[in-house]
Amino acid sequence: MTYAKSGWAVLADPTRRTIFERLAEHPTAVGELATDLPVSRPAVSQHLKVLKDAGLVIDIRVGKQRIYQVDPEGLAALRTELDRFWNKTLAAYKSVVEQSAREI
Amino acid sequence: MSTYATDTSVNASIVVEAPIEHAFKVFTEDFGSFKPPDHNMLGVEIAETVFEPRVGGYLYDRGVDGSECRWARVLDYAPPDRVLLSWDISPQWQLETDPEKTSEWEVRFIAETPERTRVEIEHRKLERHGDGWQGVRDGVGGGDGWPLYLRRYADVLADAG
Repeated sequence: MTYAKSGWAVLADPTRRTIFERLAEHPTAVGELATDLPVSRPAVSQHLKVLKDAGLVIDIRVGKQRIYQVDPEGLAALRTELDRFWNKTLAAYKSVVEQSAREI
Repeated sequence: MSTYATDTSVNASIVVEAPIEHAFKVFTEDFGSFKPPDHNMLGVEIAETVFEPRVGGYLYDRGVDGSECRWARVLDYAPPDRVLLSWDISPQWQLETDPEKTSEWEVRFIAETPERTRVEIEHRKLERHGDGWQGVRDGVGGGDGWPLYLRRYADVLADAG
């Protein structure tokens, strides 16, 4: 199976999204996630690997445990989204405004 | 079209072949005709997007079922040069009711020639969206960070797929 690198595509999977949201609430260890969710621990680990590969989460070692958390560069992601939003909006705006300007 | 970003703001601009008055008019009156269709928090199709042309007014979507989503407040309205609005959308892609936790976006219109206008957008004060991303950065959690923006777009992708 191959995964798209895009965070959006990675999060299209409902289980993965749930895991991601849990991590957004607080950093969590794999075992705890597996306890709370109706999926096996290996499955959780696999989802975490995909999330990590997509740059959405990072892991830190605390004692013998590996704790996962969302990538701390959070505001950068928000900015990326808004940047995308405004570029898309302005491109569409240019088309609309220039067409109507020609009709004046 | 170009963009650049500083730490807590996003900038975008474009040059359009239209007189400044027309550029301003279309941007405000017809906002709903060009904003991305996935910008919708109503849960139903948007029937129209209304831009109330006055300070204190709202930019809002009205759904086909009559429901409304007032997601921006008009903070300044100075045709044909400038409008300033709030962005009352939290990183969870929900309406933010606390004005202290909203960012703002300024749209500036600059006449390059009588028939050509530069439109600049500065979306700033993003840090005001709250504890979410800072909490995450500090490693203390915080439930309402940016990540749910991702969910919103994942939902869009899932619907499209």
